[in-house]
Amino acid sequence: MKIIGLIVAILVGALLVYAAADFPAWSDPASPASTYLSPHFIEKTMEETSVPNIVTAVLADYRGFDTMFETTVIFSAGMAVFLLLRTFRREEPEARHYRHVLTGVTLRVKEGGELPPSDDFERIDSLWTPHDLIIKTVCRLLIPFIQLFALYVIAHGHHSPGGGFQGGVILGASIILLAISQDLRTAVKRMAEKLDALLCSVGVLIYAGTGALCLLLGLNFLDYSALASVLHVDSIMARSHGILIVEIGVGIAVMCTMIWIYNNVSSGGKYNQGL
Amino acid sequence: MADLISIIVAKYNYWIYITLMMIGLYAMIAKNNLVKKIVGMNIFQTAIILFYVSIGVKKGATIPILEHGHGGHGHHVVHAADYVNPLPHVLMLTAIVVGVATLGVALALAIRVYNQYNTLEEDEILAQIREE
Repeated sequence: MKIIGLIVAILVGALLVYAAADFPAWSDPASPASTYLSPHFIEKTMEETSVPNIVTAVLADYRGFDTMFETTVIFSAGMAVFLLLRTFRREEPEARHYRHVLTGVTLRVKEGGELPPSDDFERIDSLWTPHDLIIKTVCRLLIPFIQLFALYVIAHGHHSPGGGFQGGVILGASIILLAISQDLRTAVKRMAEKLDALLCSVGVLIYAGTGALCLLLGLNFLDYSALASVLHVDSIMARSHGILIVEIGVGIAVMCTMIWIYNNVSSGGKYNQGL
Repeated sequence: MADLISIIVAKYNYWIYITLMMIGLYAMIAKNNLVKKIVGMNIFQTAIILFYVSIGVKKGATIPILEHGHGGHGHHVVHAADYVNPLPHVLMLTAIVVGVATLGVALALAIRVYNQYNTLEEDEILAQIREE
């Protein structure tokens, strides 16, 4: 198998090298990729949508259909991971282990036993579970700033590099950081599984719903200039606002999918302590 | 000889992407471990992303965000040659996130395979399937 693999890889490589001989040189302004459609986008985006970031405008407006289905693909991937891994069967062990956070003492509670009523205990799955106060504290301090930055990235996607996909990934990463630095149970307490799944579909719904609203208002699907009468702005600004709305939808969907996939993969679908 | 070197230098982005693509393809075919195959798939994806982003580059151009865009009056004439091609950026922006999502699905499948056969080595899995 190794030899076949090597032969196939070299064959494909040779074909690509042969093809690359006819490709335009690197950073050639007159290359075919940069001469047909992209000059229109670069020169007309500002007057057609009033969005300076061309990437955002093309992503959410000119190629709105493509992005909508990319969001759907991400949603389906989250759903697929959930359906593949999630197990709802409860396998309660005979004894559960708890750690007293302040002292680091581990308690073993037999089946039917009860803990003293206190918030200082956290449940652990294996007897040896590393625990570091510095990491926990630093991450807890960092997470609000990460989330603030993510909101900035989503909101300023029109004027600077950013948008729904990037901001959504950063938001998801902040919750995943919580799950890594503390444990999965803490993260799930903040972002419950049902809420996560619900928001994931709400994100896709915001995108598709904006398109459907444009349809109801008498223009084509995802033609945001139809929103002008609803938002009380002219049709060019309406396209800019429409882009912001769908970017928020994309951000929510991407954030929740990242958290959903991480939670399921890291705990094998059991939603226990996690990594 | 000087011709060959100038061709190699002028198109070095393609040589990098071809090399990465070959590494990814080889890993996907020849590696025995499923996780290594998934890593190979990711290297392959990264090669495609690099290829797309590199064909959008123009010499002397800046990122595709219009300058003086905040006033919004359109007094400034925009020249297409001043900004890099935004289309590959758009396509790859979504491709990166979709790549992460497919990576999640692939890892989930690997976990299920491991639960079923207690191994991630392809030959051991095939041997177990033949025994049944």
